[in-house]
Amino acid sequence: MVTVLIDGVASGMLLFVLACGLSVTLGLMNFVNLAHGAFGMAGGYVCAVLLNRYGVPFVPALLAAAVFAAAVGVALERTLYVRLYGRDHLDQVLFSIGLVFVASATVDWLMGARQQLIQLPAWLSGRVEWAGIGIGRYRLFLILVCGAIAAALHLGLVRTRFGARLRAAVDDGVVARGLGIPVNRIFAVTFALGSGLAGLGGALGVEVLGLDPAFPLKWLVHVLIVVAVGGANTILGPFLAALLLGVVDVAGKYWVPQLGAFAIYTAMVLLLLARPQGLLAKAAAR
Amino acid sequence: MMVTRRALLAASGAALAAPALAQGEAAKVGLILPMSGPFASTGRQIEAAVRTFLRMSGESHGGKKLEIVLRDDTGVAPDVTRRLAQELVVRERVRFLAGFGLTPLAFAAAPVATEAKVPMVVMAAATSVIVQRSPFILRTSFTLPQATMPIAEWAAKNGVKSAATLVTDYAPGLDAERAFKERFTAQGGQVPLELRTPLRNPDYAPFLQRVRDARPEALFIFVPSGEGAALMKQFAERGLREAGIRLIGTGDVVDDDILNDMGDAALGVVTSHHYSAAHDSAENRAFREAYGQVASNARPNFMAVGGFDGMRLIAEGLKKAEGNLDGERLLAAMKGQSWMSPRGQITIDANTRDIVQDIHIRRVERRDGQLWNVEFDRVPQVRDPGT
Repeated sequence: MVTVLIDGVASGMLLFVLACGLSVTLGLMNFVNLAHGAFGMAGGYVCAVLLNRYGVPFVPALLAAAVFAAAVGVALERTLYVRLYGRDHLDQVLFSIGLVFVASATVDWLMGARQQLIQLPAWLSGRVEWAGIGIGRYRLFLILVCGAIAAALHLGLVRTRFGARLRAAVDDGVVARGLGIPVNRIFAVTFALGSGLAGLGGALGVEVLGLDPAFPLKWLVHVLIVVAVGGANTILGPFLAALLLGVVDVAGKYWVPQLGAFAIYTAMVLLLLARPQGLLAKAAAR
Repeated sequence: MMVTRRALLAASGAALAAPALAQGEAAKVGLILPMSGPFASTGRQIEAAVRTFLRMSGESHGGKKLEIVLRDDTGVAPDVTRRLAQELVVRERVRFLAGFGLTPLAFAAAPVATEAKVPMVVMAAATSVIVQRSPFILRTSFTLPQATMPIAEWAAKNGVKSAATLVTDYAPGLDAERAFKERFTAQGGQVPLELRTPLRNPDYAPFLQRVRDARPEALFIFVPSGEGAALMKQFAERGLREAGIRLIGTGDVVDDDILNDMGDAALGVVTSHHYSAAHDSAENRAFREAYGQVASNARPNFMAVGGFDGMRLIAEGLKKAEGNLDGERLLAAMKGQSWMSPRGQITIDANTRDIVQDIHIRRVERRDGQLWNVEFDRVPQVRDPGT
């Protein structure tokens, strides 16, 4: 019972790290980026290649994955995305889904279509027994890392100067520019941060979610659910939503396996019926 | 003047046609495989095996030169497979259709084979009913019940009284689940838990936790071949082995193509299948060596052996039909063929056109730093129980 709960929390945390970048671009920058999962995929592949071909230890490989995804994010943001900030959502959707196909085909060509496998270091494999409850070490690691990231993001957005500038830039770009806030640079940094987190999520997820060229599309639905249920303009909302969906997904598969993956969609429908603006959003905010 | 010119034309025409006639008509083989997309590894294995065959046995058989026309159907689009089959028959005038990575793709091409009266060699797809879709279909791969039943019998005979099943929720998975349960319960075993995982987004953790809590003596699994690794890792991480649960399944799960990447989690897994790269015979050693030269030292898997034997069937058919390229003559010549394959003795049954072969029980072991499916038991000449 507790094992199931912890598994659920771990998979929810992972979903959050994958999705939070999207909630930032969608909620704060008002840009629909369906290619978000592609950054996760990029991170995953960097991690797998470093681990398997170059024997880099796991933690540096994770960091490299995040940095690489962030770098790709910046490059694309400066060259491509920046042209679409002012366009309507349909253009953005078409553009970013096209980007997903390009990314998948590229990865297929470079790495082949098969599932990528990684070997975890010894200190992360196996499980610990604690008061009669077995917990996978890697799941515990996921919870700690992702929890720390969530806390850092929340504090960063609410407490720091950068967070305040970002919120100002989003709320009214024109006035923010008038006050001397470098709106474009802030957006670029935010986009890089979101992509980097997705890359980290992808790398962390290789062991749990699997990794192949279909990754961005496979997980797009889950990521979108997290953002939709969580509301797209906070950190806490998607965090809670991801936890909830992770637990529901795992518990559903455990107790009612006949339903398979359907539990998560049921949960989404119910939550959206109850709170169409997202978990924490104030109904009249927008 | 006019006469001379006409004679000249005729003479030069004859001169042009002469070498073509001397060489004889080539026997084209339309090879349709998933060379891209999620099942590309199947396509690559079979294509390499086809080239291995041509390298080992030469290109001329029964006075005809075999010519391969390869087409990529991406593995997920039956309509594409059908269109390609039509194009190959009509435009390329192929005398054989071959390949077919997955069941729906074989289904899609079957009517084309029937209509054009072209023998169709299924080298990979493994659902029982495929051979019934067209009288021109012959199979050189295996069928899922054929590979599944021996492991059910082996488990029952070796003291396993209760076994849970965990399969992917799609047609082959359900086939395997049914075949295992039928044979295992017939031998007095119990199946306390039957789980099906979704084809997309498979996180096996909750399912395996469920198995762990139910405490059967063994867990039978069938998942698409790339997924086996993730499942076995979770199996090890959850401590199911320590809980006294044995992992058994069909050989798809410990595919030779990726077995080495699976790591220690795969050690000790017992499976039943028709081919292991570790099979101990002169035929297999020769096959593996030639395959390694064609495919840069890769290891052939069970898909490759299906492709290799498919080409052999085509070559033997041509020989027996003495180079006659009529579809019905070729089909008749191919039926009932029997030979020593790298996997062991196999026969293409003359009535069902399906393959009859030995199924081996194997255990994953480490030898010379590599993981292998080491065969330790054999069920001779198994036919598909559905036919």
